[in-house]
Amino acid sequence: MYAVETTGLTRKFGDFTAVDNVSLHIRQGSIYGFLGPNGSGKTTVIRMLCGLLAPTAGGGRVLGLDIAADSEAIKHQIGYMSQKFSLYDDLTVDENLAFYAGMYSLPREREQERIAAMLALAGLEKRRRELVAGLSGGWKQRLALGCSILHNPPILFLDEPTGGVDPKSRRLFWDIIYDLSRQGTTVMVTTHFMDEAEHCDEIGFIFEGTLLTSDSPTNLKKSLPGSLLAIPTPEPMALLAELEAGGRPYLDVYPFGASLHVLAAPDKVDAFAAYRPAVIPPSLEDIFVYLVKSHRKEAVA
Amino acid sequence: MIALENIVKKYGPTVAVDGVSLTVAQGEIFGLVGPDGAGKTSIIRILTGILAPTAGRLSVLGAANPEDVKDRLGYVPQKFSLYGDLTVMENIRVLGALYGQGAAEIEQRAAAILAFTNLLPFKDRLADNLSGGMKQKLALAAGLMHRPQLFFLDEPTTGVDPVSRREFWQMLYRLNKEGTTVFVSTPYMDEAELCTRVAFMHNGRIVACDSPQGLRRAYPHKVLELATAEKSIKNLLAGCRLLDINPFGDKYHLVADDAAAATAEVGAALAAVGVPVASLAEVPPTLEDVFVALASEVA
Repeated sequence: MYAVETTGLTRKFGDFTAVDNVSLHIRQGSIYGFLGPNGSGKTTVIRMLCGLLAPTAGGGRVLGLDIAADSEAIKHQIGYMSQKFSLYDDLTVDENLAFYAGMYSLPREREQERIAAMLALAGLEKRRRELVAGLSGGWKQRLALGCSILHNPPILFLDEPTGGVDPKSRRLFWDIIYDLSRQGTTVMVTTHFMDEAEHCDEIGFIFEGTLLTSDSPTNLKKSLPGSLLAIPTPEPMALLAELEAGGRPYLDVYPFGASLHVLAAPDKVDAFAAYRPAVIPPSLEDIFVYLVKSHRKEAVA
Repeated sequence: MIALENIVKKYGPTVAVDGVSLTVAQGEIFGLVGPDGAGKTSIIRILTGILAPTAGRLSVLGAANPEDVKDRLGYVPQKFSLYGDLTVMENIRVLGALYGQGAAEIEQRAAAILAFTNLLPFKDRLADNLSGGMKQKLALAAGLMHRPQLFFLDEPTTGVDPVSRREFWQMLYRLNKEGTTVFVSTPYMDEAELCTRVAFMHNGRIVACDSPQGLRRAYPHKVLELATAEKSIKNLLAGCRLLDINPFGDKYHLVADDAAAATAEVGAALAAVGVPVASLAEVPPTLEDVFVALASEVA
C-alpha cells in the first residue's frame, strides 16, 4: 500500500519546467528522503502533494486522495512543516499550539490532550509559557514539528526541517521522527544533510525537475562506477589542488571532512598508493556528489 | 588582523555575547561554529562595525572601530539582500557603485569575479531565478567587488546542497591563497575541518578554540563506531556504561572512557538479544563528535 503515488507529475511556470514527469511511490509507514540540488524541484513536488499547487500535467494520490480533485480533503489529513518555521514569535509556546489546534478544529477535550503530548514530544513542558521569540533554533524546530502534527496526521511532509540547526538539536529532532515512523506515520523529508538521508528507508533523487533514481540507501551505494578512496589529510584543500594539477587517473576528487575522497576505476587504484589511501564504502554524500556531477556531465566520465 | 578582548553584547536583559576574547592572524580561515543563538551572528556584526559592543575592546585591521577600515572588509550576511528583479550583472553594478567604483573599474572587476565564481554564463539571469547555491555565489561575488583584505561570511552555505557547498569552499580556499583572510560561521562540521582554526561558541562564550587537529586531540573520551541495521540501539544499549549514543550517518557513535571494556560490553549486549553487528571498533573522533560532546558538557 502506498501513502503517496504519482504518475507523470509535471509543473511548469511559464516556459520553465520545474517538475518534469515525476512518478514516485512511497510505502505507508516508511521514511522517504527526497534529495537534490538547490532549485531541482523538491519544494514544488511537496507543494503539489500537499494540495497547495496544482500540477500542469500528470497527477497523483496521497492517502488515496487525488491531489487535484481532493486537494482540500488532503490538507486536513497531512502534516506539513516548511523550511521557515511558521510560528508566532510574539505568542508563547502554549499559545502557538492552541492557535494551531484551533486551525485544525480539534475538539476541546482532545485539544488539551494533544497539546500536552506535543509539549512532551518536543521537551517543551518547562518552557510552555515562554515567548517563541526567545527560543533557540532547536526548540523552535521541535515546536514547529509539534504544531504540524497536533492533529495526528498519518503522513508528514518535512521540507528542509533542519537547516541552520546545530548537530545536537538535529539528532533530537530525528529521534522524534523515528518514533513517529515506528508508530506508523509516513514521512517524506527533504534535506541537504546527507547523514540525515542515511536514516531514510528509501531515497528519491531529483535533478532539474527529473527523478533520477529512487531506491534504498544500501542499493544506491552500489551504483558508484569505481572504487572510492579516502586519503586522510590535515589540509584537504591543498591536497585537492595538488591532485587536480597532477594528472593522476581519477574519475572525481573532492574534499570530505578531514580527508580527500577519490573516485577511481578499480584498475587505477594503485596510482594513488603514494597517498596511502583506504578503500571505503561510499556514504550517501558520495552518491549525491556522483549523481549531480555525472548528470551535469562534468568531472565524472 | 582581529583582536577581541572581553567583548560583551547585551540586548536589554539578554546577554548575546558574554566576554569573548580571540585573535585571528593574517592568512587564516577562521571558523566559528556553535548552536543557533550562541552569539555567532552578533560577533560577526560587531567585527564588521554593524553593532557596537556593550563592553570590551576590539581591533580590526588595526582600527578600534571597524567602520574606519570598512573599505578593506568584505561581508556576506546570512540573508543577503539581492535585488530579485535585477540581473546578476545589474546587482553587481549596484554594489560596485555603492563602493564608489567607476564604471570601467566595475566592468573589469565584475568580469574577473563572475569568472571566478562560475557565474559568467548566468550574468543576464534575474537574481530571483537563481537557485539557492547560485544566489550564495552571487552574494560572495558582491562581497568581493572591492577586493577586501578581510572577508566575513555568516553561514554562507546553510540550505546549500553538497556539491554547491564544495564549490563554494573551493572558492574560499582560492581566495585565501590569494591573500584574503577569511572569518566564517557554519553549521557544517565537515566545513569546520577545512578551517585553519575553529572556535566553538555556546551561550555567548567561546568554550574551545584550536586547529581541527588540536580540538580532536583534546577530546577527552573514546569513540566506538557501530554498524548495524538495528534501529532501536538506544534502548538495547541502555544498560551499557556509555557516556552517549549518537546516530552518525548510517552508523552509530558510542562514547565511552574505556574503549576495550565498552566494545566487549556492547558486543555482549547485542549478542544477547540476537542483533547482528556489521562492525564495532574504535575510530578517531571527528569534529562532529567533538562538538556534540562540547554542546552536551556546557548545556
